[in-house]
Amino acid sequence: MSTLEERAAQAAGFADERLGVARFTRKSLNKIFPDHWSFMLGEIALYSFVVLIFTGVFLTLFFVPSSQQVIYHGSYAPLRGQRMSEAYASTLNISFNVRAGLVMRQIHHWAADVFIAAIVVHLLRIFFTGAFRKPRELNWVIGTTLLILAIVNGFIGYSLPDDLISGTGIRIAFSILLSIPVIGSYLAFFIFGSNFPGTSIIPRFYILHVLILPALIAALIGAHLAIMWHQKHTQYPGPGRTERNVVGIAFWPAYALQAGGFFFITAAVLAALGGLVQINPIWLYGPYVPYKVSYAVQPDWYMGWLDGALRLMPSWEAVFGPTIGGHMIPNVFFPAVLLPGVTFGLLFAWPWIESAVTRDRSEHNLCDRPRERPIRTSVGVGVLMFYIVLFLASATDVLANTFETSLNLVLWTLRVLLFVLPVLSGFVTYLLVREIEHLPAVGVPKTAVEIRRTVDGKFELAGLAPGGAAEEEITELPEEAARAKSGLGLPTEAEGGAVQLRQEGGLL
Amino acid sequence: MSRLRVAAARERRPLAERVAAACLAASMVGTVGLGATYWLGGQPQLEGGFLFLALAGIGVGIVTWGKYLVPQGPYVQDRPPMASPDPEVEAMNDSLGRGLGQMTRRRFLLRLLGGSVGVFAVVNLFPFLRSLGPLPGKSLFVTNWKKGSRLVTASGRVVTASDLEVGGILTVFPEGFEGAPTNAIDQVVLVRAASYDLVTKPGRETWGPQGYLAFSKVCTHAGCPVGLYQELTQQLLCPCHQSLFDVLTGATPVFGPAPRPLPQLPLYVDPQGGLRSQSGFDEPIGPGFWERGA
Repeated sequence: MSTLEERAAQAAGFADERLGVARFTRKSLNKIFPDHWSFMLGEIALYSFVVLIFTGVFLTLFFVPSSQQVIYHGSYAPLRGQRMSEAYASTLNISFNVRAGLVMRQIHHWAADVFIAAIVVHLLRIFFTGAFRKPRELNWVIGTTLLILAIVNGFIGYSLPDDLISGTGIRIAFSILLSIPVIGSYLAFFIFGSNFPGTSIIPRFYILHVLILPALIAALIGAHLAIMWHQKHTQYPGPGRTERNVVGIAFWPAYALQAGGFFFITAAVLAALGGLVQINPIWLYGPYVPYKVSYAVQPDWYMGWLDGALRLMPSWEAVFGPTIGGHMIPNVFFPAVLLPGVTFGLLFAWPWIESAVTRDRSEHNLCDRPRERPIRTSVGVGVLMFYIVLFLASATDVLANTFETSLNLVLWTLRVLLFVLPVLSGFVTYLLVREIEHLPAVGVPKTAVEIRRTVDGKFELAGLAPGGAAEEEITELPEEAARAKSGLGLPTEAEGGAVQLRQEGGLL
Repeated sequence: MSRLRVAAARERRPLAERVAAACLAASMVGTVGLGATYWLGGQPQLEGGFLFLALAGIGVGIVTWGKYLVPQGPYVQDRPPMASPDPEVEAMNDSLGRGLGQMTRRRFLLRLLGGSVGVFAVVNLFPFLRSLGPLPGKSLFVTNWKKGSRLVTASGRVVTASDLEVGGILTVFPEGFEGAPTNAIDQVVLVRAASYDLVTKPGRETWGPQGYLAFSKVCTHAGCPVGLYQELTQQLLCPCHQSLFDVLTGATPVFGPAPRPLPQLPLYVDPQGGLRSQSGFDEPIGPGFWERGA
């Protein structure tokens, strides 16, 4: 009976004899990861994506991506005898007849909503702490691309069931494509395979949703993680933390166990949501019929800002010439094409915009605290507020009903707030941040002290209580330190490569 | 490390081991429950609940293990700058430039290479796109409404002048085109207003016989069906983005983002009492596009 250690060494030895991975494995296992709750936001996105893949594969086994019209004879009585697409009928089948089908469908939908939410919050963390600065601009660009792909694939995904609400969403998407100057009508006809609605869009959306976009997303996530691994994670400033080191837990086993466990916790929360909280009950909406529409419908949350922009836009459009022979830039172009174009364009360019303004071209591995950057922080808050107002605007009808007021009042209030709130919130943020600057000891963790009363009634300081921050001693990994001391000559990850290169460079 | 902290860590360890073990055991209970539920025919809430227990048990168990039962450091590691040392960069550049010196007309060749690949890409992109769908041509300018088209309901029933009470509303199609997919473009909303032979706009004197007004049901904003009729104010509402159209003035937009009135279909009553269109629409229906003007 061999010990656990011996068996692990045996397995690793098997791999090393065939692949020569001892050095690479040691370096990887000894990698140091800074630890902070805000570094888990991206992990939530990653783990939601894994859940999306698992549940999505299950759904592909039963979903029929076809606009073919059929008469429903399934087990959901209220819709029996109705004409509907095979896509809708098969979604009903998944929901009511496939064992565990409904829970899988709902976990998939929840995971998509959480996936995009986690990406957005992760992006905000990166933005407000300046973690996009050199050398991490490329990962910022990849991350922004992932956000766009996730939003597009989310929209396409909830369009697939071909229910009354999502079908109306596809109709709006056709109109948005149509609104692009010069190429719009061609683009719309090529994507839909005909004038709206045609019969091609469900199968085409399907192959985009289950193969092309997930493959792109998976590849970009791979690149995102590989770059993060290679560049090493940023860390917050603190005792012993510098631009030139990484302080945290070792990858093996602490980080691996914590991150692996967090995957299961994320999946567990999504499972609970999918089982217990109803989402997208398409059987209540009915099948898509082009001349029918329901009232008070909102898209999934991540499309809200675009829907809100469509609602707040005044009834303008740019017209050149007569109906026949003239040209037009339609109303929806401005909120639904130009606005997202500018939004994502600025988002992509932000690292370079900021470095052009600050003239800072140096490498940064310590995160900023938001209060240290009053301008970036207030610009961020203001811009965020702009999109929050747009998001609220996608519920103008619901707000008017809830507050028993007129749609007119709600619309004009939001139109005004769209421009006033960003300026106001940005300004207030700026004032608050400047205010904090002048307060001493803000953000310095207070260390707990223990005071004891002696037998003769005096008080004395007994030293720092458990968990006091000042106690923390930062050491090298014991294994690496021992190796360095024994002079075995194994280069550590940090110095090894560089030293060797310098020697080779000398020979050149 | 203080004496207290060492003592606390020593105490925490068996507790953490017990917690991890309990969580992993709870997970097994959850998985057995999930399996039993599935075996017995499935039930969404139970499946979700047991799946939560199964996954959360493993998750919390492993995290407890990773947080309290293995060394936490903090450890430090050096972080060399991303940029490589100069000799390494020079060596890379030497390799990159390999062979370029041998060619006399390298700029010309490079341009030619770029040109040939570019032409290949552009020329082949066109047939690829073109295979996806037809050219729009005039299809955005026309509908299936012709001179004399009979108005029918979605089920194909012919609509007559006695069908609607004042204040009533009906979705109609040109006869023969009431099914999918053409009903998406041809859909028309028929309302009956209070006034007899209503004139919505100059030049439309004969378009609304006996108070019957017909408008394209496709919103001029983003193409949703303008499906809601407020009888009291005689306004049509698009529920997608809350555009409001005033029926009596020719469905002109009075609120919301819609930029143009709903095109009106001229009607007449034939000798049998059936409603028919005098002609098709006099402008393209639905949302705007580049190839049309005002």
